[in-house]
Amino acid sequence: MTQDQINLAIANPKMSARDVNVFYGEKQAIKRVSIDVDMDNVTAFIGPSGCGKSTFLRTLNRMNDTVASARVEGEITLDGEDIYATSMDVVQLRARVGMVFQKPNPFPKSIYENIAYGPRIHGLAASKADMDVVVEKSLRRAGLWEEVKDRLHDSGTALSGGQQQRLCIGRAIAVEPEVILMDEPCSALDPIATAKIEELIHELRGRYAIVIVTHNMQQAARVSQRTAFFHLGELVEYGVTSDIFTNPRQERTKDYITGRYG
Amino acid sequence: MTGPAILLLLAGLGAIAWVSARARAMRLQAVARTTGRRDAVHSLPGYHGWYVALWTLLPAALFLVVWANVAPSLVTQAVLADPAAQALPLDDFSRSAILGEARAIATGMQAGAFNPASQALVEPYARALDKFGLAGAILALVLAFAGGAYAFTRIRPDFRARTRVERLVMALLLVASLLAIVTTVGIVASLLWESFRFFSMVNPIDFLFGTKWSPQSAAMGYGNEDAFGAIPLFWGTIFIGAIIAMIVAIPLGLMSAVYLTQYASPTVRRWMKPTLEMLAGVPTVVYGYFAALTIAPALRDFAVMMGISGASSESALAAGLVMGVMIIPFVSSMADDSIAAVPQSMRDGSLAMGATTSETIKRVLIPAALPGVVGGVLLAVSRAIGETMIVVMAAGLAANLTLNPFSSVTTVTTQIVQLLTGDQEFDSAKTLAAFALGLVLFIITLLLNIVALRVVKKYREAYE
Repeated sequence: MTQDQINLAIANPKMSARDVNVFYGEKQAIKRVSIDVDMDNVTAFIGPSGCGKSTFLRTLNRMNDTVASARVEGEITLDGEDIYATSMDVVQLRARVGMVFQKPNPFPKSIYENIAYGPRIHGLAASKADMDVVVEKSLRRAGLWEEVKDRLHDSGTALSGGQQQRLCIGRAIAVEPEVILMDEPCSALDPIATAKIEELIHELRGRYAIVIVTHNMQQAARVSQRTAFFHLGELVEYGVTSDIFTNPRQERTKDYITGRYG
Repeated sequence: MTGPAILLLLAGLGAIAWVSARARAMRLQAVARTTGRRDAVHSLPGYHGWYVALWTLLPAALFLVVWANVAPSLVTQAVLADPAAQALPLDDFSRSAILGEARAIATGMQAGAFNPASQALVEPYARALDKFGLAGAILALVLAFAGGAYAFTRIRPDFRARTRVERLVMALLLVASLLAIVTTVGIVASLLWESFRFFSMVNPIDFLFGTKWSPQSAAMGYGNEDAFGAIPLFWGTIFIGAIIAMIVAIPLGLMSAVYLTQYASPTVRRWMKPTLEMLAGVPTVVYGYFAALTIAPALRDFAVMMGISGASSESALAAGLVMGVMIIPFVSSMADDSIAAVPQSMRDGSLAMGATTSETIKRVLIPAALPGVVGGVLLAVSRAIGETMIVVMAAGLAANLTLNPFSSVTTVTTQIVQLLTGDQEFDSAKTLAAFALGLVLFIITLLLNIVALRVVKKYREAYE
């Protein structure tokens, strides 16, 4: 069975990758991955540790550029525009494709300043009043406003782990991205904080194209509508989430889903 | 018997003790083996060897240290008890001069006597020296034997030589570390004592807040009033070390740290960092003559050309600039460490928002690293104001209270050097002033270091 046959066809992809290879020095981390990500659904990348799902995620906003030994081949487009083209401004790309990391990483600044950081460097707010509006809107969307509205000028690092992660999501939202990449956003959080983040992902769906990398298959089943299974740097299977979990077409996917390896 | 001979003899005894104790323990071990019990001998033979050797050496060595301090006065007493000493003059000064000369002749450091009175004492002196030298040697050897013999009798299969040696090693290490502390305490105590003597001659308020510094006039008998106002010195020190040098060192050090941590490729970093740190290895006297012979004249010519008044061939600016260059590695390596200690996730977080590298540095890395950088700067200031060679050579001696960087100023360290070099009597206010200056300098650098270390430590905890 060729890859195309197990690959979901998407009519109007927000981002799409074609034959992407990623190398770290001599080692090939991603092998000929082609995938489309759409606007209306949450896409989950699942797979065992070291399968390349996070690496692939980081190629989507060129965060791999910060790793000196990394090299990317193939074509990745955002709205049909090649993001690895020399004409692409990486800074603008990252403003359009935001990212949330595995461990919450708020800046050691106030909650307000954490949110205002992006709008400020991109000049999205003309005045203090504008900025207040942006901060409130972003915190509301991140589901954090009610919890922090009275202490916006306290340090962001003083929040709980789950709140910090929602602050980081709010920070990403504040620059009005089109795509949000989430790299195992709940792996450092407790179950209650995880539930809040998952709820938030549901609410954000449709407004942003969301790609989430997760270790946790139940989480993928809960939050996503599309699931891609990675193994050893290859995209093994990509389809509607319910199909992947109930009716996988590939032997390897089935083995992983049923817990044969992980 | 001479000192080196005794030490050699003791070392030999120690070696013999080690070998024989080890041999005895080995024999015991062999016997224990034949009985088939593995645990019969508690410690390896080597430990028994060390145990006995240490018991041989340590008591004797301790005795020798004490003896070396006690023996000279015993010798002097013996000489004074000699009939030949009856003729000595009574006043202390001539007495000790004559005794000193006799000792120098008796030990062979001086060929003949200038003072005939000394000549008569040479022979009793030599006799006393011989007597006590021999007594010391014999006592040391007896102690070595006694210690060794005591330890040797304790060699038994179940004797825990290993534990004992461990304890002795710990005691040795403790003594080694205490020595450094005791030395520091001694230095501080002497500073305090001499400063106290100074302040009994000069009012501390006049010293700390007076604006006129001319110790030479006090030495020439014009009185201590108005001669020891140290404000011009403090100002010169701060002007050069904390202002001019830092204006050079902070931006350059910080920028080079940012370049090295954020922009430089690993290869560039591998070469540039050690090269930069080599600056810290240049002897300060080399910086000193660079400042005095190259920078200072150039600055003077420049100032004259620009029509700036008060330009001198020794200037605050020359010393400060060169000192700033010297300090760069301190600032840059502290800044480097604290920027590198900011977690990668902060950097990633900022870059992922679409910030450029320089925006990330300015808005995230520097603020997060700031406490560490401040700590580094404070340490650098403390290093700069204690620095001596550059200012001695390039800043000058005139105690000017001036804001003009092209004119000559003087610093605390320069004045200390000035007050203490050459032949000086140690009971005048002029000489003692050096200790008071040293005390002030010590207190300031101590405070700076404490504050700097606290700042750095507090910040380290923030990410852990």
